[in-house]
Amino acid sequence: MGVREPMATGLPSSREISKAQELVYELQIGQVMTRSVLWVTPDQTMRELEVLLRGRGIGGVPVVEVDRLAGIVSVSDLIRSLHSGVPDTRVREWMTADVVTVREDDSVVEAVRAFAQRPVSRLVVVDDKGKVVGIVTGGDITRGLLRAMAPAHSRSEVGRHRASHIFQDIVSDDTSLRLRYSIKPRDFGRGGEAASKLKRALQRLGGWPEIVRRVAVATYEAEMNLVIHSSRGGEIVAEVRPDQVRVAAVDDGPGIEDVEAARKPGFSTAPDWIRELGFGAGMGLSNIERCADEFTIESERGAGTRLAIAVRLAEEERLGNSPT
Amino acid sequence: MRLSAIAAVVGAEVLTDELGVDVDACCACGADLMSDVLTYTRPGALLLTGLVNPQVIRTAEMADVVAILFVRGKRPPAETIDLARQVGIPLMSVSLTMFSAAGRLYEAGLRGCDLHGRS
Repeated sequence: MGVREPMATGLPSSREISKAQELVYELQIGQVMTRSVLWVTPDQTMRELEVLLRGRGIGGVPVVEVDRLAGIVSVSDLIRSLHSGVPDTRVREWMTADVVTVREDDSVVEAVRAFAQRPVSRLVVVDDKGKVVGIVTGGDITRGLLRAMAPAHSRSEVGRHRASHIFQDIVSDDTSLRLRYSIKPRDFGRGGEAASKLKRALQRLGGWPEIVRRVAVATYEAEMNLVIHSSRGGEIVAEVRPDQVRVAAVDDGPGIEDVEAARKPGFSTAPDWIRELGFGAGMGLSNIERCADEFTIESERGAGTRLAIAVRLAEEERLGNSPT
Repeated sequence: MRLSAIAAVVGAEVLTDELGVDVDACCACGADLMSDVLTYTRPGALLLTGLVNPQVIRTAEMADVVAILFVRGKRPPAETIDLARQVGIPLMSVSLTMFSAAGRLYEAGLRGCDLHGRS
């Protein structure tokens, strides 16, 4: 028998700890860092810095001069400048010029070492030419480890066919990928194929496992609703954007008599044969709502139903930023 | 818990080709209602169920279930086994009831999705 896991103590098991240790070596800084980096120039005022830090709720930013890293400036520098009583001072006077930098392809363990050896709370990630490409904090590392520890199915298989670069490669002011799936009514055997294909597509696009799971579960429930209830089938349309995934399930009838009632957990009009297959318990809509950040359903008896959801991706969850 | 250990604890028959040498289930969920599976399982869980239609595989796929243990001696039809192979979810079957299979696994250290890693 395997090792007994401690029950409900809230502490990670020894296995989970050793997994985290392995990942610290395996993960690269590029997989955990924050990519969209704000910066200031040495000639900006400390007042401007204050507005930036306060507005974004961050603790420090790199200082960049003519595309090159010139230093780093943080809240503690800001406090020192305020205590000095000298008005209108510049970033140049307070920044730390000796910055601890790391490379995108360095192992996360390098960052952990740097944090242990130097009294810093953020490291600047630079490329070969010394250009700033990201920033990494202790919080970034913790989040990156937690993400990477989430089990992802057939990760290696999916990894061979990655398409996660398309949002970086194809540049426009507003790039999105639209995937359409048509759903046949009462075709129970094939129910779930659209959700399965969408899930795979999102994995290949580099979606975070938890995000992919939420979209997949919501889409699957919506797809089964089309299979079970729609008169002539319907369509699932997914719109994949770097910062969100939107899914709409649309049919042209018969429509829902009382939408408010249908949204209540346990409400169902599914026939017995559907219930015997493990569906139709009236949990679908509330389950979809639970998985989504936005949820709307419009229906008219005789006209049809349109269900739409959105799952928003946080900065570090943007497509192409996955650690897996 | 390793899938091979799970099969040994309940005396399950493996229905797909193999269980995977180093695949672990983090926890388990027992349900015959697919929406409950979608709502209450954690990624990486083992699913115990008495339902054998292909939608069980689809449900497991969406919920990131790592393996399915059919209880009460249920044998899935060929289409269910085919779909499981396609999506890479190992299947096992055991003659025990849901309660007894769950009890044996709990006794061996496997926990429900609600107790796993709770803080």
